[in-house]
Amino acid sequence: MKLRLLAAALAATVVLPLGAANATDLEVTHWWTSGGEAAAVAELAKAFDATGNKWVDGAIAGSGGTARPIMISRITGGDPMGATQFNHGRQAEELVEAGLMRDLTDVATKGNWKEVIKPASLLDSCTIDGKIYCAPVNIHSWQWLWLSNGAFKQAGVEVPKNWDEFVAAAPALEKAGIVPLAVGGQPWQTAGAFDVLMIAIAGKDTFQKVFGDKDAEVAAGPEIAKVFKAADDARRMSKGSNVQDWNQATNLVITGKAGGQIMGDWAQGEFQLAGQTAGTDYTCLPGLGVNEVISTGGDAFYFPVLEDEEKSKAQDLLAETLLAPATQVAFNLKKGSLPVRGDVDLAAANDCMKKGLDILAKGNVIQSVDQLLSADIQKQKEDLFSEFFANPSITPEDAQKRFADIIASAD
Amino acid sequence: MAGHAKTDRPNQLFRNLNSKIASIPMILTAVVIFLGGTLWTVVYSFTNSKLLPRLNFVGLDQYERLWAAPRWIVSIENLAIYGFFSLIFSLVIGFLLAALMDQKIRFENTFRTIFLYPFALSFIVTGLVWQWILNPEFGVQSVVRSLGWTSFTFDPLYTPSIVIYGILIAALWQGTGLVMCLMLAGLRGIDEDIWKASRVDGIPAWRTYGQIIIPMMRPVFITTLVIIASGIVKVYDLVVAQTSGGPGIASEVPAKYVYDYMFQAQNLGQGFAASTMMLITVAIIIVPWAYLEFGGGRKRV
Repeated sequence: MKLRLLAAALAATVVLPLGAANATDLEVTHWWTSGGEAAAVAELAKAFDATGNKWVDGAIAGSGGTARPIMISRITGGDPMGATQFNHGRQAEELVEAGLMRDLTDVATKGNWKEVIKPASLLDSCTIDGKIYCAPVNIHSWQWLWLSNGAFKQAGVEVPKNWDEFVAAAPALEKAGIVPLAVGGQPWQTAGAFDVLMIAIAGKDTFQKVFGDKDAEVAAGPEIAKVFKAADDARRMSKGSNVQDWNQATNLVITGKAGGQIMGDWAQGEFQLAGQTAGTDYTCLPGLGVNEVISTGGDAFYFPVLEDEEKSKAQDLLAETLLAPATQVAFNLKKGSLPVRGDVDLAAANDCMKKGLDILAKGNVIQSVDQLLSADIQKQKEDLFSEFFANPSITPEDAQKRFADIIASAD
Repeated sequence: MAGHAKTDRPNQLFRNLNSKIASIPMILTAVVIFLGGTLWTVVYSFTNSKLLPRLNFVGLDQYERLWAAPRWIVSIENLAIYGFFSLIFSLVIGFLLAALMDQKIRFENTFRTIFLYPFALSFIVTGLVWQWILNPEFGVQSVVRSLGWTSFTFDPLYTPSIVIYGILIAALWQGTGLVMCLMLAGLRGIDEDIWKASRVDGIPAWRTYGQIIIPMMRPVFITTLVIIASGIVKVYDLVVAQTSGGPGIASEVPAKYVYDYMFQAQNLGQGFAASTMMLITVAIIIVPWAYLEFGGGRKRV
């Protein structure tokens, strides 16, 4: 409670110099609808309301896949909202190029974003032709393996410390009637798990070459072949996890019906909600315990161009509020993500978040796939991996060939 | 009726002038929205439009990519299987139910309501209901297993090779009631005297159905066929609710490909190419049929 008051107060002091006292309604659309997410958004709304304006919440249920088409058609159809969430990266690229998004360079210069936002790649993703078009709000990383300590105890094996030990422990888990690896049926889950395996097994440089430089030769090469072999292991281990949503898969791990799950740090909220403690009830291994590197994708807010002068001013104000240190702390603690500012203190963070902060401080970061690949290529990748994970008759070699083709066609 | 009007045709254009004027808005809607929209889509399917439509022509690139995509091929195969079986089974089951109902049974109204009831549910609800029924842990499989038959396996939604049949079951459950009602209406339209005549001649009931009644019901069958066929081509929500295309891509359908690539993948060109292919498929079926039915100056029935 104290922290929240502090947040509001700080946010208020930050924006006072602008002197915008008139209340303006600003509709903000996003797809944060689960319990923890909604609580996090409430923090943003409170901070913005404290500036004397009004946050009109436009939550869209369903995941980003459902929400983004709605947002995009509203913007292109001439009914833009005040601000909208996207994953930072290339999702809004064309909207910016079409001149539909507001240029935030002035706000960014005033707030000294170039200095405070760490890692700098976050701001780079918001930058097109030297101008800044979005305000990053958090860092989410994909590279986590969540393990159920209870499941391993039941199977009579030690909790693994890395991916190889996990693969080795799989037969024991199966014997105890436990699915070794929980994977949900949503396509983005399998594609994401593959990217995580790639960083852990083939390393940062290969990852950058394949997704950053779109080098199809590397994608067809021996390093990636190893990744596909690991994906084949993962496919075998995931047999029997008949669930769809990621949180249902996480729930299998929480209840000890599955040994582990490869999922981003948002899974942590589920463990917290179930009252579990990191270290005793569950274990988190960043970079699958092999290669402690995390990707720094996340969410950012974009501001469509509006004709109303007042609303445009309110947009600037909102952008500033989102990046204010107090808002960053309040929001990210609720969300379970890492703040985009290197200069705030997250003393209340739990063990797993602290591991993430450590890696971030060491600079072991890479850009997220969202930032590197266009939505079109990502969709094709999802199609490939959801087929690969569901159909054991596709050999890793065939899958790799198709993967290399997709990379070759990437823009 | 149509034959009657042909005999005197002076100033055809001005007959029923009021109703013609009244239908101008609808004609405009049809031409501008449906026809115009269709042409626009076809034209833009030859461009490399991404998130926003752009007139940057790339020839047949989008189509080449489409037909090289494993997911599109799977979608087409699924639609073919689903279309074939759903057409046959809904017609056969619908007609059988209608014929049984026509035997002057008791509580006909009750039965009719029961059979038609699923049609009142949307595909989304149908999909969710059948997702639960076919779920191996909660549905049919677990019920049969709890009765003692422990080796019983029935989980179509989690087996890639037969998942499309799981969807087919749900679609038949939802759709046959309507087919039955249409057929029943057709059967009721048959003159009682025909039945009497065939009975006098000693023709068995099944032959009366096969050689007299069904040929007489041709218009009803055509209507039913069009309704079922249009439902097949646009199947989308049922798949989304029941499997979201899974496991893997095993139950994908063309309409879902169009939506996913237009909106999720932000690749309008690819989505337009896929929807143009769907249009061509429909045209291949409809055009010869329409020609046979209305063209060539032949009289109907």
